[in-house]
Amino acid sequence: MSKIHFTAKLKRQLLFDRIFHKVTWFFTFVVFALLAALIGSLIIGSMPAIKTFGFDLLFSADWNPVTEKFGALVPIVGTLVTSFIALLIGIPVSFGIALFLTELSPPWLRRPLGTAIELLAGIPSIIYGMWGLFVFAPLFAQYIQPWLQNSLGQVPGISFLFEGSFMGIGMLTAGIILAIMVIPFIASVIRDVFEIVPSMLKESAYAFGATTWEVIWYVVLPYTKIGVVGAIMLGLGRALGETMAVTFVIGNAHQLHASLFMPGNSIASALANEFTEADGELYTSALIELGLILFFITFVVLTFSKILLLQLKKREGTTA
Amino acid sequence: MKLQFVLALLVTTAALIVTPVTFAADITGAGATFPYPIYAKWADAYKKQTGVRMNYQSIGSGGGIKQIKAKTVDFGASDKPLTLEELEVNGLTQFPTVLGGVVPVINLDGVKQGQIRITGTVLADIFLGKIKRWNDPAIAGLNTGIDLPASNITVVHRADGSGTTFLFTDYLSKVSPEWKDKVGADTSVAWPVGTGGKGNEGVANFVKQIKNSIGYVEAAYVKQSKMNYVQLQNHDGIYVIPTEDSFKAAAANTQWDKAPGFYEILTNKPGENSWPITGATFILMHKSQEKPIQASAVLKFFEWAYAHGDEMALELDYIPLPDSVIKLIEDSWEANIKGKDGKAIISVKH
Repeated sequence: MSKIHFTAKLKRQLLFDRIFHKVTWFFTFVVFALLAALIGSLIIGSMPAIKTFGFDLLFSADWNPVTEKFGALVPIVGTLVTSFIALLIGIPVSFGIALFLTELSPPWLRRPLGTAIELLAGIPSIIYGMWGLFVFAPLFAQYIQPWLQNSLGQVPGISFLFEGSFMGIGMLTAGIILAIMVIPFIASVIRDVFEIVPSMLKESAYAFGATTWEVIWYVVLPYTKIGVVGAIMLGLGRALGETMAVTFVIGNAHQLHASLFMPGNSIASALANEFTEADGELYTSALIELGLILFFITFVVLTFSKILLLQLKKREGTTA
Repeated sequence: MKLQFVLALLVTTAALIVTPVTFAADITGAGATFPYPIYAKWADAYKKQTGVRMNYQSIGSGGGIKQIKAKTVDFGASDKPLTLEELEVNGLTQFPTVLGGVVPVINLDGVKQGQIRITGTVLADIFLGKIKRWNDPAIAGLNTGIDLPASNITVVHRADGSGTTFLFTDYLSKVSPEWKDKVGADTSVAWPVGTGGKGNEGVANFVKQIKNSIGYVEAAYVKQSKMNYVQLQNHDGIYVIPTEDSFKAAAANTQWDKAPGFYEILTNKPGENSWPITGATFILMHKSQEKPIQASAVLKFFEWAYAHGDEMALELDYIPLPDSVIKLIEDSWEANIKGKDGKAIISVKH
């Protein structure tokens, strides 16, 4: 009696298992289908522009809706430069924040500080944009830009980066606002991975007489490097695709300038600005191709980070 | 893209069929952002009087043109009139609704509102980047007695495509051959110099924040943001300031009856009081209507708006069309907009 009951139960469970398996498989498939559909529609949408301009689109800085000549160099450079500035500022600061929270901060301060950083990560990007335009940009123009021009602007070799008048908006402002936006992301992830380092490891290092810095550099970082790289990539991903905040402060001009004080454009903000009023097939198509390029850049960045992680894993254990 | 669009359309239609349709006479439109406030206000007042609802989505002129071509809306709206050829190809007809003006605004210390005088060519040269400083002889020569600073001019333009930009660049193309040659006129252009702000608010904000800057905004924003504007030399060589009267003068000096398809851009119009950068915003409809009931509801709405909407338009700083033009428009409906049977949808008695 009980044996029959048992087989019936087992059968039922097997059936549930199978259904569950199929359902999860289906969900995963949906993700792939979506991705393929997205890429497909982007490629089809950008076909007219690809046919007309070919690879020239990537290297031309000419963006003229009147004559329908489109080149994506300005937004591509703008996207890369602002994201680079964001990481240049964001990585050291986030690293410092994570370090302070896990190693140096008094325990009673950890929770409120950690929550504050998580809250910062949750603020919608348009708020950063508005703050950047109304609060940060005027102060930046009045105090920081003149100071930068008088200090870094006097250093031979990089002085060209700080030329021009003080408008408060431009590539540098966009990079700084992006940095402020990615810091909470990077910092909170780095803090989380720092926290999983077994205290036994750290304590052993301290027992050998290592300083806090040495513990971080030789114990914590090697133990968490995958997580740290992941955190940076998360930040970079956000910086590359950020739209509204950048649109507010980058200056939205399709011009190539060496100086970071001058206005530029990013792919995402060009799309946000121009898509609604883009009439004509070629114009729309060129904008869709911009989207495709952004997709490609993000893809390359992700691939690169994966390769980097693989390399790190391979070398594990071979060097100290 | 097309396939997906069709699919999306199918899904929406399916959803529409499933939900019981209660308001058969609801009308939908989409397009230009510039006239959105007044269309919304008219729609609200019209709903209270007649119970007919008008849904207007301000998705931009480009979007409005796409939507009406795809027949997803009853009417499209655009700040830039379509040329006769474009209208013909797509089987569309257009008519203007209200007027507005575009005003060059400046941020210059020690200068009173409307004190600086500028000609069209000087304005074009500033936006071309040829005139770089405020005390350039070309500007100083027009403004003797005013102490102009030697500082660099920062040019501010629209970052998004816009009917405002179209009017402004159309004006510059008319007064400066070099502008016409190098840049041209469109809803977005390749600006030789300057910084882009998103929307009228964006430009107004940049001009307010950046010292020694110059930009251009919709007239309503000058008032709202209390901005400093310039006197502009008009077609007759007279310096005018942007007021309701100077916009009206430009409209009055336009010969609408000689403009087929109402293709009229009110820039650089003659008349001693005419503000040189004025323009109308337009409605686009299909000439041959598959849904005559919808079309007639749309036209009745605009007939009502022309008759009762002037007051509301002025409150929101739009300029109503002269009565003679409205008569022309209403006559054009009868001649142009027809049902499948070839009969006029509506006939307005004057």
